[in-house]
Amino acid sequence: MMERVAIVGIGCTTIEAAKRTQNYPELVYEAVKAALEDAGAGMDAVDNVVNTTNDFWDGRTISCMPVGGVSGGADKNISGVEGDGTFGTFYMMCRILSGNYGTGLVTAHSKGSEGKEVAPLITNSAFDPIHARSLGADMVTACALQARKYMTTYGITEEECALVSVKNLGNALDNPRAQRAMKLTVADVMNSDMIASPLKKLDISPISDGAVCLILSDERNAGRFRPPPVWLKGVGFCCDAYQLGDRNLADCKPLEMAASKAYRMAGIRDPRKEIDVAEVYDAFSYQELLWTEGLGFCERGEGAKLLASGATQREGEIPVNPSGGLLAGHPVIAGGMYRIAEAALQIRGDAGGVQVKDRVKTALAHGVNGLAGQSHCVWILGND
Amino acid sequence: MGKRAAIVGTGQTDHKSIRRDVNGQELIHEAVTRALEDAEMTIDDIDGVVIGNMDHFEGINYVDCWSIDGSGGYLKPVMKLCTGGTTGTTLAIGGYNMVASGMFEKLLVIGWEKNSESDTTGAIVTATDPILDRGVMAGALAGLAIEASEYAAAYGVTPRDAARVSVRDRGNACNNPHAHLQKAVTLEEVLNSPLISDPLRLLDMCPRTDGACAVIYAGESCAEKICPQPAWVVAATNRHTYSRFSDIKGQTGMVSLSRAAEELWQKTGIREPLKEIDVVELYQPYSWGGLKWMEDLSFCGRGEAPKLVWDGVTDMEGECPFNPSGGVISTNPIGATGLIRCAEIALQIQGKAGKHQVPDVRLGLATGFGGCFWSDCILYSKKKPE
Repeated sequence: MMERVAIVGIGCTTIEAAKRTQNYPELVYEAVKAALEDAGAGMDAVDNVVNTTNDFWDGRTISCMPVGGVSGGADKNISGVEGDGTFGTFYMMCRILSGNYGTGLVTAHSKGSEGKEVAPLITNSAFDPIHARSLGADMVTACALQARKYMTTYGITEEECALVSVKNLGNALDNPRAQRAMKLTVADVMNSDMIASPLKKLDISPISDGAVCLILSDERNAGRFRPPPVWLKGVGFCCDAYQLGDRNLADCKPLEMAASKAYRMAGIRDPRKEIDVAEVYDAFSYQELLWTEGLGFCERGEGAKLLASGATQREGEIPVNPSGGLLAGHPVIAGGMYRIAEAALQIRGDAGGVQVKDRVKTALAHGVNGLAGQSHCVWILGND
Repeated sequence: MGKRAAIVGTGQTDHKSIRRDVNGQELIHEAVTRALEDAEMTIDDIDGVVIGNMDHFEGINYVDCWSIDGSGGYLKPVMKLCTGGTTGTTLAIGGYNMVASGMFEKLLVIGWEKNSESDTTGAIVTATDPILDRGVMAGALAGLAIEASEYAAAYGVTPRDAARVSVRDRGNACNNPHAHLQKAVTLEEVLNSPLISDPLRLLDMCPRTDGACAVIYAGESCAEKICPQPAWVVAATNRHTYSRFSDIKGQTGMVSLSRAAEELWQKTGIREPLKEIDVVELYQPYSWGGLKWMEDLSFCGRGEAPKLVWDGVTDMEGECPFNPSGGVISTNPIGATGLIRCAEIALQIQGKAGKHQVPDVRLGLATGFGGCFWSDCILYSKKKPE
């Protein structure tokens, strides 16, 4: 029988387009302080630290260096993960399950505003330097290809994708942490500026500033903290092939594999029935449709129908992104850890205006690394 | 409680200044293939991949995703760890924790760097705080030169003492077919080599190398089936004390290494490291570290390292050989460098180190150095931990 790890402290900054008064270590400091306060504990309760960073987005080599001190890690065992915060959280869970540590603090942040002008260059650097970079490919154009492939394969329309933005930006109206909250119609999304066909401005998440911190604890210590523990019940991650041409972009096999591992670990057989709420990585509107299919909430190609049925609305059978998701604010690298934080707040009943119902037993959080969802991490959180 | 974990296979590339014959993915593939061959496994046996390097050296973002064709991570869990110079030992500690957690049984851990594709100093400069540090402490050399100067002033240590370390390691490298620089040097050659940053001379310093290292960690349920002599992890500790170079206090030794070592000795019950540990692979990017850092590790008292080194205690035939592989001063593919320290200790424990084998190794220490004077320590053992 595996030992268990719980989230016992959550700290999030608000997500904003540009937090001009704070540099990125100061953002992390704010999230760390908030998480400790939420946990009702001081740094002395924490025996190790993992910071999740990215040298390109931070514009710093050894991007974990500036956040070592502000995360309280100066005199503790400490490590650094590069990639989405869901992966950083995984490493912290492993450190605790190894028996080497009892309570750990994990952070992720984004100061996207400082890299916004060069964002296409940042994601262009993820492409093959010889064949693809010179074409000017970046995250948005890669995802435009994926959107087109997905829409063609399953006969999905731009309007059906636009409905994701309508739902999520509407949900964000009740989330004080969200950057972008709008009451939209499908026509508004359709009429927004074309960025890379078929993706329009309101199909695309903004680049944001924000930091998040989670405090994780083993079962023995979980009771020492103020909030009820939110248990990490299952996790899986999986990576697809690298070259876009080696992948079927309408497919999401690595997500299916990651989800199936997480479900197996958490004992979930019927995700649509057993999961009460999901926070998925909707960096682009169409991705929420594609990912809900990969997560097994519906059959392949049925994501738009699932949305149209109302099932993924906040009051629906399986609410997806009640917080507003990434379309309402996308602090890259921290994006997936915000999903974990939002899912955990739902379980605690602390999600405020975006709370889906009184009693959330099981929640899903999802993070992505790489281009057009090359690598996925799926978490199942539970209240017992 | 967690599971015990061990290194069951290692693979290193042919380390060189410039590997024009391979791209980054192919370099990684070379190390992975050799590690799998060493463990007599195939990629299908591997249930996860952890990889690390320093992004700006090659200018590749999301390396965990980019490296799939070389790492074999297709449709496997893959993640990236990175902490600058300590990346290699961060990977080794990460691999250990992930297998000890029970989440993986057989984990492939890869460190790599193709330094020839970078402007190393240009990339390292951005590690420093743009406002407080960059104007005065940018690059890898300045901090080391200050440390050496302070150490020399405090204990009367001379450049000749440091050169003795360089002579030792560069001599050892001649017995390691994987070493990048395999050329023995004399004291006079070190002392007469070009001055780079006073008191550091060219032959006091590590090179920059193209290279990769892969190790396979296995859990206690299968390690002994895969490998007759696994290299078990006893404990791992680290400290990344400072976040800015301007925070570093002089005259106090490398705080991170002292504190990480203190915790390691306390966790493992080791009282006399020099007597109890059989071999050390010290992440020693410059000769002076081979003196001062022995003291920070409590292998001897303050100011006593030069005498031990001159007496041959750390030579191949000595009581506790340091850097039988030739160390970092001979081979330095940055993201792999720390992991090579661990792979070399595993080879020593397995008795597979060939011409640079130290006899009868029971306990071996690997360390990592990087970032803002940061330190990692990992202790490996021949005997399965209790």
